Amino acid sequence: MSLVLQALVNGLVSGTLLAVPAIGFTAMFAVLRFPNFSVSGVATLGAFAGYVAYAASFGLVGSLAVAFAVAGAVGLFFDRTAHLPLVRQGALPAAIASIASGLVLENLVRLGFGNDLRGFDRPIARDIHIADIRVSPQQLETMGMALAVMLAVFAGLAFTRIGKAMRASADNPELAALKGIRPRRVAMMASFVGMGLVGIGGMLLGLDSSIDPLTGTRILLSIFASAVLGGLGSPTGAVLGACLIGVAEELSVLVVGSPYRTAVGFFAILIVLTLRPRGLLGERAF
Amino acid sequence: MLNYLLFIATMGSLYGLLALSLNLIWGGAGMVNLGLAGFFAVGAYASALVTTSGHGPILAGWMLALIAGGFAGLVVTLSTTRLREDYLAIVTLGFAEVVRLLAANETWLTHGTDGISGIPGPWKATLGPDFNAAYLAIVLAVLGAVFVLVRRLDRSPYGRVLRAIREDAQVAQVAGKSVLRFKAEAFALSAAIAGLAGALYAHFTSYIAPDLFLPLITIYIFLAVAGGGTGRPAGALVGAYLLMLLLESARFFVELVPSISAVQRAALKELLIAVTLILVLRLAPGGLMPERIPVAPRPRAQGKR
Repeated sequence: MSLVLQALVNGLVSGTLLAVPAIGFTAMFAVLRFPNFSVSGVATLGAFAGYVAYAASFGLVGSLAVAFAVAGAVGLFFDRTAHLPLVRQGALPAAIASIASGLVLENLVRLGFGNDLRGFDRPIARDIHIADIRVSPQQLETMGMALAVMLAVFAGLAFTRIGKAMRASADNPELAALKGIRPRRVAMMASFVGMGLVGIGGMLLGLDSSIDPLTGTRILLSIFASAVLGGLGSPTGAVLGACLIGVAEELSVLVVGSPYRTAVGFFAILIVLTLRPRGLLGERAF
Repeated sequence: MLNYLLFIATMGSLYGLLALSLNLIWGGAGMVNLGLAGFFAVGAYASALVTTSGHGPILAGWMLALIAGGFAGLVVTLSTTRLREDYLAIVTLGFAEVVRLLAANETWLTHGTDGISGIPGPWKATLGPDFNAAYLAIVLAVLGAVFVLVRRLDRSPYGRVLRAIREDAQVAQVAGKSVLRFKAEAFALSAAIAGLAGALYAHFTSYIAPDLFLPLITIYIFLAVAGGGTGRPAGALVGAYLLMLLLESARFFVELVPSISAVQRAALKELLIAVTLILVLRLAPGGLMPERIPVAPRPRAQGKR
């Protein structure tokens, strides 16, 4: 029993971290209308940018800001130069180009840092025990930061002009343009913030374990699964989806063993698409 | 040197098979398969297992690879063909990953990461040093047969329906075509071809392992089809051989770069391929041999007025 409880707690922690890039991915999908596979490379890039900043004693919050800025800027660059010009031909060419972009970023990181695993050099602290459940202070710290980032994103979407413009554009691009919302600005903002969140996500997930050039590729399916489960285009859905996927992944380790952890996302996607294609909170199946 | 050329030609032809498989659905019906490497692996493992653990004849292995690939294709499409193609992209990507996980972890069946070695080649003992040339002939024969098949399909009413679905699925549906059935069939056929390519690969190199079926192969084939021309089987074939040329020249090129490690060399090579794919998609969307859209025939006068 305590094993299951522990898995639940761990799942909620990793789900909270996963929610950050999932929000980024789903927001980009809502505005730009293609699945951006380069999140794998961008998450890796964010993790390494944060790693370098942390090693240069920027502190945790400062390093997260660096991860956000670098990932956002590079993600925006690739969206502008490689993906968005192709969206006119349809979502698929853009999606394929974005796979190639992810590969470019992954290999740029590999050129610079090699394939070795690297860990963030964080102070060691004693685990906190509540009954039979173990939680490390580091886990709580990263979780707190993920929650703070999410809070900022939701506040931004709800209260700022650009946030409202993004929601309007996602809902109905023609109507939004008619109302004087400039689609280009909204698209650029969606790319920058979305990719920034993906970068933060890469670093947050790296803080808990270690990072290498494949960090992003490993979490790609989990990010997609969270977004699809929650309903593509719905940020709240992405959070819910990420928590469910996080818990399901941890529980799956108890049932089928850790090698098949990454398969959970795939089967979750298959099940959701078969039973409820629009996802839990999605308004429509795009 | 001759063996090297034979190897290149055989690998190029296998990529050609995969390119025909991808072109059938991407160029034909506007669907993508980001799990091409997974179907390739399914075929390779099916045939390898039948002929090593199962002691079956090679031809049976190839048949099973076709069936296994097609069946896997059906399973993957059943939940997604109803929906937009980008869902299919996500699902197929996941499929390839799951295949690799299964191959790496179901050790009782696949020998895990050690892979399967000693996969028999046809008449390998009798042919001796001539095996490579003979095998190339076999691969070319299969490639030729598949090429003729997909080209006939492409020009048949069936191919026209697929293209209609690609252009506008709703219109095709209104015209009375079962979009779901056509898409599932095309995808299954395409996956079967990829499976057959995998089987041919396994019996050529006589060794397979999970690490040989990385998603990178899928990227290669997308480059081949995008470069050669989507929507035309001949374009896909030309693209596949050009891809082989590019891969080999990239290999020589990265050898020339001084003072970098092996890991960096490999990274540089992948980087070059990925950048080339982006450039091709951006600058030459039709590829070298763009699709020829036939002029619609003038409707014949319908009898007397």
